[in-house]
Amino acid sequence: MATLEIRDLHVTVEADNATKEILKGVDLTVKQGETHAIMGPNGSGKSTLAYSLAGHPKYTITGGTVTLDGEDVLEMSVDERARAGLFLAMQYPVEVPGVSVSNFLRTSATAVRGEAPKLRTWVKEVKEAMERLHMDPAFAERNVNEGFSGGEKKRHEILQLELLKPKVAILDETDSGLDVDALRVVSEGVNRVREGGEVGTLLITHYTRILRYIKPDHVHVFAGGRIAESGGAELADKLEAEGYESYVKGGASA
Amino acid sequence: MAEAQNAPVQGGTVPAGSTTAGQIAVAAESTVATRMSAPPSYDVADFPVPHGREEEWRFTPLERLRGLHDGSAVADGGIRVEISTPDGVTQETVGRDDARVGRAGKPVDRVAAQAYSAFEKASVVTVPKEARPEEPIRITVHGEGGTAYAHQVIELGAFAEAVVVIDHTGDAVLAANVDYVLGDGAKLTVVAVQDWDDNAVHVAQHNTLVGRDASFKSVVVTFGGDLVRLHPRVSYASTGGSAELIGLYFTDQGQHQEHRLLVDHNQPHCSSNVVYKGALQGDDAHAVWIGDVLIEAAAEGTDTYEMNRNLVLTDGARVDSVPNLEIETGEIVGAGHASATGRFDDEQLFYLMARGIPEADARRLVVRGFFAELVQQIGLPDVEERLLAKIEAELEAAV
Repeated sequence: MATLEIRDLHVTVEADNATKEILKGVDLTVKQGETHAIMGPNGSGKSTLAYSLAGHPKYTITGGTVTLDGEDVLEMSVDERARAGLFLAMQYPVEVPGVSVSNFLRTSATAVRGEAPKLRTWVKEVKEAMERLHMDPAFAERNVNEGFSGGEKKRHEILQLELLKPKVAILDETDSGLDVDALRVVSEGVNRVREGGEVGTLLITHYTRILRYIKPDHVHVFAGGRIAESGGAELADKLEAEGYESYVKGGASA
Repeated sequence: MAEAQNAPVQGGTVPAGSTTAGQIAVAAESTVATRMSAPPSYDVADFPVPHGREEEWRFTPLERLRGLHDGSAVADGGIRVEISTPDGVTQETVGRDDARVGRAGKPVDRVAAQAYSAFEKASVVTVPKEARPEEPIRITVHGEGGTAYAHQVIELGAFAEAVVVIDHTGDAVLAANVDYVLGDGAKLTVVAVQDWDDNAVHVAQHNTLVGRDASFKSVVVTFGGDLVRLHPRVSYASTGGSAELIGLYFTDQGQHQEHRLLVDHNQPHCSSNVVYKGALQGDDAHAVWIGDVLIEAAAEGTDTYEMNRNLVLTDGARVDSVPNLEIETGEIVGAGHASATGRFDDEQLFYLMARGIPEADARRLVVRGFFAELVQQIGLPDVEERLLAKIEAELEAAV
């Protein structure tokens, strides 16, 4: 069974000629089939966690370990992590000029699956996945994320999630900037992948709204660069009612 | 892709299809002609030796022209030209006084005039009236380390149709003028490949005279050389002509590749479409694209569009892209232009790699995708394949 284990993870970033520690000892285990929501105020380090796991060069790991099924993730290059089964749906997906969505998806699927998908079944697979996400087929011929609306970018991320079938999916504020209809479509996409029972999901969000559509097994409150409190779905209800105030104060005095 | 910073629109109404990513001047008098430092002439003595601040020379490193611009470059042969003509097409070597030489346009700068003043024999390829050779006319220009001035004429009779592939390889210092003369209803496709060795210097002016209802398609592909500066120019002999100018360049470390285009809409109801795309990588890779389109007062019914796109793959490379559209009549179908320079940056690389794509493949994907649309329009499979292989090789060299 696929398991992502994060142990005492410390991460720094260079900003304004100074080194700043953002993650201050994160411990978290995500198992196949589980959904963990990570919630927290702005600046708490949620996105840093997501990008550090994916291997973004901006972040420096200064301590701790991350393993996927016992393999050392931190030793892997960005593409190796993806091929090992980690997937990051980005908050701000990047425009890639000159590369069509269809070419990108096929190249990516070829890399992750280790062989080129058979063309006939692949075309059908992509077409059906796009239909489920209410995406226009013409979308496939556009350049990756170029001129996409916020909602289109997020659907495109979830399309990749559905096609690449990772072991662990990290969804970084996938709900931000979406209207209710787009949020529902995107959440349904995530739920389809979850229902397969093959994926562990790390759902990073600022708002509780998405948790009405995607039910987490565990909720963690992120504050001051570490997990401040963990609980079940009921913890989200508490946050909905009380906000992050108590954690922010707690973090400041700690 | 970020739009390049360009001068704002200067007065007048912007016609449909225009973008403001460049300069659109509505002028009573052309500045395309007047901003040159001397009027066009066949005689090199009519042009002062450039010092580098002139509008037409300000992007070009004169010290790397090996004396082509100041009269000190002495011709010593050193290039080998081979021309293979299919049945029905003739090739002649003619003297300077042949009436067909220089008919498509006058030299507009000092180096073109130097080439015109210094060449000894010109080559004239003629496709007779209504001939349609099945095979391309192939011209190979191979540099053998020398300096040369050259003149090539390609003339198509009325309703003739032909494809010409001109291939430049080896090492040379070459200044040349090329004339393309299209008779009424003729169709000419020219693919000019600059696949020079690293030290070559190549400066050329291409003059095209498009006949009534004739179609000209030019594909310029520039990879090699230390300095390549090409100046394709198109004008129309009568109404109904069309010109499609496609260009691809891959500018590497230390290379200067400059493409300056002028489409002079001097006749009514003609069209032109210009698309040039370039990729750059490495320190001091410098690409220059100047796209001048002039719609003269007589040129009612003109339809024109020009576009330049650049993809900067690494730090240290530089692009100067200057589209310029001048309109002297409002009675046109459309006129527009666009210029954009995008970077392939670390965030794009991260995004692709985060989807499992290895770094080298990610770069290849982006560059091939960037050029694909143009490569497909060449229409000559052997040239397309060679081009893609060349792009791969350029990328391999960088990784």
